Formats: sequence, structure tokens, C-alpha cells
Amino acid sequence: MIHRPSVDWFALAPVFALLGASGVALLAAVLMPVRTRKPFAASVTALGYVGAGVAAGLLYWKSADGHPVVSDAFMRDRWTALATIVIAGTGFLAVLVSYAQRARAEHVAEYYALLAAAGSGMAFFVGAANLMTLFLALEWFSICLYILCAIDIDLEGSLEAGLKYLIVGAFGSAVLLFGSALVYGATNELAFDRIAGAADSGDVLLVVGLAMILAGLAFKASAAPFHMWTPDAYEGAPTPVTAFMAAATKTAALVVTLRILTTAFPDQSDLWTVAVAAIACVSLAVGNLAALVQRNVKRLLAYSSVSHAGFMLIPIAANNALGARALLFYLIPYSAMSLGAFAVVAARERELGAPVTLDNLAGFGWERPFLGVSMWVFMLGFAGLPLTGGFVGKFYAFSAAYDRGWTWLVVVGVVATAVSLYYYLGVIRAMYLSAPAELRPVSVGGSPPREVLLGAAVLGCLAVTVGSFFAVQPLIDLAKDAAKSLPL
Amino acid sequence: MGWLTTVLIVLPLAGGLAVWLAPVRRTWIGPLAFLISLVEIGFWVDALDDFDFGQGGLQLEQRHEWFSDLNVSYHVGFYGFSLWLTGLAVVVMAAAIGYAVIAGRERPRAYYGLMLVLTGAVVGVFTAQDLLAWYVFWEAMLIPLYVLVGVWGGAGRVGATLKFVIYTMAGSLLMLASVIAFGLSQGTFDLVDSGSSASTWVFLGFVVAFAVKAPLFPFHGWLPDAYRESSPEVSAVLSGLISKTAVYGFLRIAIAKFPEPVDDFRVPILVLATIGLVYGSLLAFRAPDFRGVVAYSSLAQMGLITLGLFAANDLGFNGAVLQSVNHGLVSAALFLTAGAVERRTATGELKLLGGMARGRPALATLLLATGVIALAVPLSSAFVGEFAILAGVFQQGWLWAVIGAAAIVLAAMYMLRLISAVLHQDVGPAVDPRSPDLTGAELGVLAPLVLLLVGLSIWPALITDRSFAPRPSQAVETQFESFRGSVSYLALRELPAACRAQVEAQAARAQATGDSSFGVDCLLDGRRTSVSTFTFTKGSK
Repeated sequence: MIHRPSVDWFALAPVFALLGASGVALLAAVLMPVRTRKPFAASVTALGYVGAGVAAGLLYWKSADGHPVVSDAFMRDRWTALATIVIAGTGFLAVLVSYAQRARAEHVAEYYALLAAAGSGMAFFVGAANLMTLFLALEWFSICLYILCAIDIDLEGSLEAGLKYLIVGAFGSAVLLFGSALVYGATNELAFDRIAGAADSGDVLLVVGLAMILAGLAFKASAAPFHMWTPDAYEGAPTPVTAFMAAATKTAALVVTLRILTTAFPDQSDLWTVAVAAIACVSLAVGNLAALVQRNVKRLLAYSSVSHAGFMLIPIAANNALGARALLFYLIPYSAMSLGAFAVVAARERELGAPVTLDNLAGFGWERPFLGVSMWVFMLGFAGLPLTGGFVGKFYAFSAAYDRGWTWLVVVGVVATAVSLYYYLGVIRAMYLSAPAELRPVSVGGSPPREVLLGAAVLGCLAVTVGSFFAVQPLIDLAKDAAKSLPL
Repeated sequence: MGWLTTVLIVLPLAGGLAVWLAPVRRTWIGPLAFLISLVEIGFWVDALDDFDFGQGGLQLEQRHEWFSDLNVSYHVGFYGFSLWLTGLAVVVMAAAIGYAVIAGRERPRAYYGLMLVLTGAVVGVFTAQDLLAWYVFWEAMLIPLYVLVGVWGGAGRVGATLKFVIYTMAGSLLMLASVIAFGLSQGTFDLVDSGSSASTWVFLGFVVAFAVKAPLFPFHGWLPDAYRESSPEVSAVLSGLISKTAVYGFLRIAIAKFPEPVDDFRVPILVLATIGLVYGSLLAFRAPDFRGVVAYSSLAQMGLITLGLFAANDLGFNGAVLQSVNHGLVSAALFLTAGAVERRTATGELKLLGGMARGRPALATLLLATGVIALAVPLSSAFVGEFAILAGVFQQGWLWAVIGAAAIVLAAMYMLRLISAVLHQDVGPAVDPRSPDLTGAELGVLAPLVLLLVGLSIWPALITDRSFAPRPSQAVETQFESFRGSVSYLALRELPAACRAQVEAQAARAQATGDSSFGVDCLLDGRRTSVSTFTFTKGSK
């Protein structure tokens, strides 16, 4: 008789909602006529994300006391639930951005199936409570993303992006797996909470394992120096996929990083806080300096995402309750800004039929007032200027570092912000200050498509970006309650 | 009455959104924005009426929690001096918008929308009583300015914008670190609830940001380009108004919250201010164009105002506030006049100008009146302001006052050179004899500024007697009889009677031990309130 663990189906509801949506969308690829495939698959995926979001909301409500479920493999707590809500929201908006994307009809249902499956993997990932589920979930969503990057074979660079991401990503996964094995070897334990205290805090095997796990997660969070894949993958992938990756992958990876570090390695916090702070500084330096010289907007945003990994590692390095709160709060406007910015790039790309560079953005702000102003707000948000949640997020992140007593980290962050302003304002400069006469658009025929869904997605991102500036209290309360799930 | 303060902030912000989205014809956008800015002045007059100068302290206060875990709130209110600076803000913004309507600007929805948003942000800076909210408004000023200079400026606008933004952002982001350090170490970001700090680094973070914004020598690298390349009304706003936010920051934050560092850094700051005063005046004398003269004179005047602020006594503070209002009005009037001249001659080069007084009595009268007030002839309001500042800084050392007085002679030189180069001498090659005098509309914008200056010349005590709680030093001396000796104390808040015994004891102890300053914390209405720190003036103990 095989021992069967009791399964808390409710805790896994967001995962299954998306997995179900993925399955239905995949069936549509086979059973539905070509014409209806896209609307059907897209709606099912959108519904899956809505369902996952609602289920995660209920879970948040019902899981005030966090506890592991399913043989201690999955954490049912508010930390998981809130991260899942962010991922579900991101996924839903990504579906809206994807809808008008030009793609071959034969793969369109698979695209949405993979998008749902990736979200499902992330929802599982953020709840991982032992090293096994951690690796399983990581591979689960990564493989979906590898394919998504490469799915548009007509798009120049898409295949290359997928391959690069696959190779480097697989390397990252392998590092994580190796690290997990070392930790298991040192402690004989898989569950995070039992790893803590299972071996000497100075055990070499354990410390090396910790370092490798950290590196593996840093690959996914695209923190420097583990970011090499980011610019190429972001540039080559279809823009809606980039939008989803930039927002959701980072959310998942960072949320899990903080959980595993604080739950499994509290005794080594002297080591890993310094390591995380170092990675944060390197990411800030590399991301910001490299972004300064980019002309391609997707590459620019990719480096900006590297630098933001740095910003969001600051609260993790702080290793305090304020930091956990800061991280979750920051992820909300960050996801919205990131998705929104790539959505605007997608709109321009469809209009021009060419990769968007700072040169061919000229005049965009005046031609498309709504998208222009939105992009403006997203850029200001990235730069951490007021009236956007990005300001509050940075403020909290720096406060967490200050609270820990690391004023130097605050200064590094502030200097990095000052540098980043050059290229964020550079995008605004390109949209509003450059003469549109310099622009030679590629003729694609007809006027730009009216993209209602994309506009709605951008409006949603705008609302979250600006709304999270004014409604700090409710959001921070959510984040605070979620952070109570962690042993901080 | 706290809603009035919020209205003053929100009305222009909402107005900015309204003119951007309003379904009216483009030609009506400018007048609509101007109307909103006039309504804003109306609300300010209402606030002036409601403000009780006899009582002093923070009034028209409104407070609303923003996020409680770090004690950040939306907290606004007026002190006497912030009321005057806000008045300057609404008047200068209205004049600038009015001028833009006359001159005509492309893409009016965006232009006037941003001008109104800027108004709201500046008023927010002058009224916010929570450090983080204040920082938000401070940064929010930059966003419209970036576009206003960058899109509607002259040929070199992109470079000018970049320089301006890099300078100011470098300053204000370092200030963010200071804001965080100050707020978290105090346990609250509220400027009224928080006590004072002795941290030098935090102080310097603030001072550098203000020094860039003002600008003070040597942080003025952005100034000539930004003032020359912007449209005239934006230059007027930059030099007349935005620089005054730095004055406010010095007064409300750097000086009020950091008594010990102010003491330590008084001499270096006074040195920089003096250098700026002399250097700016010399450059203004050599500047080849109308706007250059006004731009560098601005640098000089900000140096002078800083002298007054860091004299850190009643005379200095009162003089600095009066001079801020004076300079704001003068500078706005001069930049708008420069714009009017440029519209007629298509150049601001002094070499190409000249002889414009003939046949243009209105222009000549206005420019002469503004110039004469600016060079501080006796009986003018600028004379009163500068006199108070110099008398104040004299108490810190006679040398400052001597150099300052000498620099004021330079002011007469560059201002008279400007007047003569534009109005008198031979008719310049760029001046078309048929180009008209100031139109009625232009007069309508410029004359009120000059009339306000004349009014202040007649009654400068309107501002000098009503900027701070009644006679700060005296108030302290009479309240605490055991406390003898000269005190510099910025009476931002009436001292609660409950704290009296404590203050007296602390003062006696400080005098006995020879400390140069002391602070007092006491409970007021069950809430912890920190009374400002008292500082003995050096050498007076």
C-alpha cells in the first residue's frame, strides 16, 4: 500500500486553475477550427488567470496562519497567496497585450496554453516549501518560457532568444539543483524549515550549497552577474512574452529567494545578506551603466530590469520585516510598470513593423497621446519619481536598508537611481523632444490598428502604477500580513 | 479651514488635468488656464484673510494618514513666511501663464496643463509639513519643468534640459537618502512632530539639494543654459519661483531641524554665498544678453538671500523672506520684459539692442521701475530686504556685511548697464523703429508685478513683521526670564506653556555647562511634540 498524502486542493487551486486553462487551450489547438482558436484559447487563458487570482485572493483571506500542506511540500500562507495574485494579474494583462500580436495561426492556441502553464508553474514555485518542489516548479515554468521565447519563428531573433535562454537557463537550473544536492547532503533534509538548524552554521557543504542556490535563483531574477541571457532573450522574444517574463519571472524568483533564505538559512544570514547586497550592487552598476548606451528600447528595458533586480535585492539583503514588506510592495508597481512599458513597445512595434529604437520612437508621444503619457508614467515610475508606486517602492526598499544600518547601501541605490534617470528620461526625450521628421517608418499599410485590449492592459498598468502611490496603506497592510508568514 | 490649503494644491493639479482633457477649442485652452490661475490667486487671498498673524505658528492645517507604519502623512499648513512665498508662487505663475497666452504656445493643452501642475507642486512644496510629502512635491516640480524647458525651449533646449535635470536630480536623490535617514531616526516624517538632528551627513544631503536648486556657487552650472534656452515665462518661473523653494527648504528643514550642523557649517556656507553674490554680480555685468544679465543677477541675489538665512537671526530671516518675494517679482518681471523685447527684436543681444525707450514709454517705464527697485535704491522694497539681510549678517561678523554691501554696488552697475543698453544709447541694429510699445495685454501681465513691488516698497513691514511668530527672540526672552543672552530661535511654533519649566531648566543647564544649544521634548495634547532646538549665538554666552 502506497502512502498517499492528504492534499489540500484549495491551497493548490490557483495552480490547477491555470493548469486546467492550459489543458483546455491545448485541446482547442486540436479540436477547434482555425478561425476560433485564438479567441477561444485567449479567453480560456484569461479566465484561468482570473480564476487563479480569485482563488489566491480567497487563499489570502483564509490563510492567516501559514502552514505547509501536501506532505510539507507546498506552503499555504499569505506570502504565497499575495505573490500568486501579482503573478495572476500580470498574466491576465499579458493575455490582453498578446491578443493582437501577429502570430502564425497554427501555433496560436499553443501560445496561450504555454502562457497559462508558465503562470501555473510560477504559482507553484512561489509556494515551494522544499528543495524538490522548488526545482520541479522552476523547471516547469522555465521550459514554458523557453518555448514561448522561441515560438514566433517568423520573428528575427526569436529562435536565437529561445536558444540562448534555454542554454543559460538550463545552466542556472543545474546550478540550483547542484546546490540543492549539496544542502541535502549536509543536512539530510529537503524541507526549508528543517534545513535550518540541521547542520553547523559554518558547514562548508551547506554554505557552498546555499551559494549555488542563490546563484540559481539570481539567474531567474536576472541579477548581475547572472544576467547574460536577459538582454538577448528580452530583445528576441515576442514583446508580450518579454512583458510577461520581465514582470512575472522576477516576481516569482525574488519572492522565493527571500523565503528560502530566511526560512532555510537563518543561521547563515551574516553570509547571505552580504552576498545579496553584493549582487544588488553589481546588478545596479551593470544594469544602469549598460542601459545608458542602449538604442534598442527592449534592450534598454532589459538592462533596466537587471538594475531593478538590484533595487529589489536591497530589501532582501536587509533581512528584516520592513524589507519583506518592501519587496512585496515594490513588486506590485514594478510588475505593472514593466508590463505596461513593454505593452507600449509592442504597440509601437506593430505600428512600425520594425524593432523599436530610441530613434523611431520620435514623436510617438504626440501621435498617440494615451500611450505616450502612459509610457511617460512608467518611465518615471522606473526612475522612482513621485506620483508613481515606484517612488514608494524605492522609498521602502531604502528604508529597509537604512533600518538594518546599511546606509551605504542606501547611498548606492540613490546614486544608481540618479544614473538610471538619464536613460529613462532618454525615452521620454525620444518620445516628446525629438522631431518626428527624423523618423522613417516602415510602411505596413493602413493606419495603426485600434488595439482596444492592449489599451485596456496599459490602462490597467497605469492605474496600478499611479494607484499604488496613493493607496499605499492598504497595499502595505497586505504586504505586511503576507510578510508575517516568514520567520523574520 | 485646512481645506483651503488643500484646495490651493489640488485646484491647479485638477486644472492641469482639465485643460489637458477639456473638450474646448484650442484657442480657449490658454485663457481657461489663466482663469484657473486667477481663481488660485483668489483662494490665496482667502487664505491670507483667514490667517491669524497675531497668533503665528502653523495654521490652516490639514492632516491625513498616508502610510502609518513609517508615520508618513499628508500634512499641509501655512506658516507666515510660507504664506508669502505661496503668494509669490500664485502671482508669478498667473503672470507666466498670462504671458504665454499673449505670446502663444504650440500644443497648448500640454503646455498649460504642465504649467498648472507645476503651480500645484510649488504650492505643495511651500505648504507640506511632512518630510516625505514635501519631497514628493519637490520632485514633482521637476517633471513638468523637464518638459517645459525641453519641448518649448530655444535651439539649445535639449542640452539645457539635460544639464538642469542631471544637476537637480543628483542633488535631490542624495536628499532622498537624507529624508529617509532623518525620518526613520526620528520615528516620524512629520516636520512638526519631529525633533532636531545633529547629523552632519544628513544635513549636507539637504543642503546640497537646496544649493543646486537655488543655485548657490559652485552648483550653478545649469543656470545660464536653462535660463537662456527656456521660453521667457518658464525662465521667469525658474528664477522667480523655483529658486525660492530652495529658500524655503533652507528655512524649514536645514535651519529648523539641524541647529548644530548649521552652526558648524555657517562659515563655509556664508563664504559660498558671498562668492556667489560677488561672482554672480560680476558675471551679470559682463553678460552679453538681456537674459544673461537677469540670470546671473539671480545667482547673486540667491547668494544674498542665503547670507540672510545663515545669519540665523530675526533680521536675517525676515530680510531673506522679504528679499525672496522681491527677487521673485523682479526676476519674473525682468524675464517677461526680456521676452517682450525678444518678440520685437528677435534677439536678446545687448549689442544689437538700444534706443528702445523712444516711442515706447510703457516699456521704458516698466523696465526702469523694475530695474531701479532691483538695484535697491533707498525706499524700494529691495533696499529694505537687503538692509535687513546685511544688518543680520553683520551680527555674524562685519566682513560679511562689508562684502555684501560692496556687491550691492555691483548690482547698480549691471542693472543700469542693462537699462541703458536696452532703452537708451543709439537705436540698435535689431530694433525696428516701427515695432510697437508694450500692448495692453502685456501691460496687464507686467504692470501688476511692478505695482506689487511698489506696494511692498511702501509697506515692507507687511512681510517682515508677519513672516514668523511675533518677534521670535523677544518671545523667548520674555517667556523665560531666567534665560538671558542672545538667542537665535526660529519660532515655527508657539511654545506650549507646559514646556516652560523644562525649557528654563535646560537653558540654565546649557548656560552652566557652556553648551551652545539645547533641545526640549514635551507632551502636548497627549502627543509627543518636540519644541525646536534653541541655539545660543556664538560669543554671546
